[in-house]
Amino acid sequence: MITATQPGAADGERTQTPPAAPLAPLVEMQGLSVQFGKREVLRGLTASLRGRSIGLLGPNGAGKSTLINTLLGFYKSSAGTARVFGYDVGTEIRKIRGLVGYMPENDAFISKMSAVSFVQMMGELSGLPKDMALERAHEALFYVGLAEARYRQLGTYSLGMKQLAKLAQAIVHGPKLLILDEPTNGLDPSARQRMIRMIKDIRDGKEMRIVLCSHLLRDVEDTCDEVLILKQGRIAHYSNLDEERRANKRFLELETYGANGDFTEAIEKLGCECAVIANRMKMILADGIETRDIFRIAAEQKVRIRRMNFRRDTLEDIFLKAMES
Amino acid sequence: MAVYRRNYKAYTGALTAAWSRCFVLFRYSRRNLFRSKFMTALFVVCFFYPLMCLIMIYLAHSASFLREMGLPTEILSIDNKFFFHLISVQGVFAFLLTALTGPGLISPDLANGALPLFFCRPFSRAEYVLGKSAVLAILLSEITWVPGLILFVIQASLAGPSWAWTNLWIAGSILVSSLIWIAILSLLAMALSAWVKWRIVAGALLLAVMFFGAGFAQAINAVMRTDSGHFFDLAYLMGTVWNALFQVDSDHAIPVAEAWIALLVYCAICLGLLMRKVRAYEVIK
Repeated sequence: MITATQPGAADGERTQTPPAAPLAPLVEMQGLSVQFGKREVLRGLTASLRGRSIGLLGPNGAGKSTLINTLLGFYKSSAGTARVFGYDVGTEIRKIRGLVGYMPENDAFISKMSAVSFVQMMGELSGLPKDMALERAHEALFYVGLAEARYRQLGTYSLGMKQLAKLAQAIVHGPKLLILDEPTNGLDPSARQRMIRMIKDIRDGKEMRIVLCSHLLRDVEDTCDEVLILKQGRIAHYSNLDEERRANKRFLELETYGANGDFTEAIEKLGCECAVIANRMKMILADGIETRDIFRIAAEQKVRIRRMNFRRDTLEDIFLKAMES
Repeated sequence: MAVYRRNYKAYTGALTAAWSRCFVLFRYSRRNLFRSKFMTALFVVCFFYPLMCLIMIYLAHSASFLREMGLPTEILSIDNKFFFHLISVQGVFAFLLTALTGPGLISPDLANGALPLFFCRPFSRAEYVLGKSAVLAILLSEITWVPGLILFVIQASLAGPSWAWTNLWIAGSILVSSLIWIAILSLLAMALSAWVKWRIVAGALLLAVMFFGAGFAQAINAVMRTDSGHFFDLAYLMGTVWNALFQVDSDHAIPVAEAWIALLVYCAICLGLLMRKVRAYEVIK
């Protein structure tokens, strides 16, 4: 949990950096719809994504992977337009693909090839000269931590190693945008930590921007500064995570003793929204209401407040709100 | 950057030309083919018959040697039939090579889900198919029209310009007959491997299309008392076209033009099937 008074103190939180100049739009969508037969998978998405690292969230079947595949030109839009780095997905897909590195969700490799040959070939297909592709294949495999295993056939790799090999092929040609589709799928906790660390490292290197698609909130929370939440093919929520958290400074958590329905009612009369779980209470303070008003009501009702702290919304809160909306 | 440095750095150098990237696939796929000793041995065996033909051409122009051996000097005739037999024999070897190598070109990519990795790059489906079919096209060319034309040139140089000028059409026949056979074999092998995704089954299916196709054609002809069954027999269609190209006398039940059309239709169907399967992701409607 990240508290309002201790920004950046939580485990895995980034160090605070001065506000940077706004980035150019990465992805712009205008009424983007995708239809498979009669089934509409994406429904009129309109957004301009600008973050350095953007998380795509949503329950299974929300359209996350479909959106990625549409941005890569694998699926054609049935209506609307999308632009990546200002290039139209419908007409300038080759230019877009030249700027993108993609790590798919499912197994994607050639089992009889060694990792270094595989990554070299992918580099050459992206336009790198043969010698340079070989050099960068070694570098990429060293970078992701497969240096020792780089001459082994990909078919002999464990799941975690295959994920790393997929990451290596996605970055070998130095893309401007890295699209990661469920990068931690099937990884054990230590492998997951390693993958997250690597994604953070890439993000902080500022050479690439990242779009990370996941249904694991923790992964997105750890690595992304913006989040786009999809629900049934529609945008349920799009926000900058830091701004979102700052905007929720009036979110309060109480642990009480002796509180009953009257206490909750009195607080709600002040205009605050309340939720009570056992002796814990969550509330959003209304404008003009301060904590001393809460203490006053508690004193009047003879309720003891054992703990009080401001709480920023976690991504889970943001996600659940988006799902309920 | 040295390999021990683990910091990631973007690539800022020059890129290769877009048109040249399908040769990357060709290079890697061809290298894989010759890792198999059996494949390499079969490839070498494919040159035995052209070598024999070379000796025959040499002997045909060595009257003194034939006389010394007590053989009549007119025993060997280097004409359209000679080259027709060469292409027929090499056509069989081409089929064997295709059955052995063709299914392994695309099926591993499909079976391992590698296609999204190809197509998320500035590399189109058409370039992918071109790169993969170039492997078979060049491999089969090396054993069909290339030795055929080399032998033609050798024969022409030994027989003189008048023979070359009179029989120039044979060179065209060698080239065209080989190319249509290569196109049929390559597209059929790749289409089957794309749909079956399992290399061994795809190879077996290729053999089945050829041999069961002939049986099916005979059955249709016998039951329906027609010749239309031959349209299901690729080898028969090919034979009809080759006979016409080399002007070899033979009785064929279907007109040459219809055989040509049928072969082109087969090529189009295979290409359609191939392009339908060669996609980053299948769309389930």
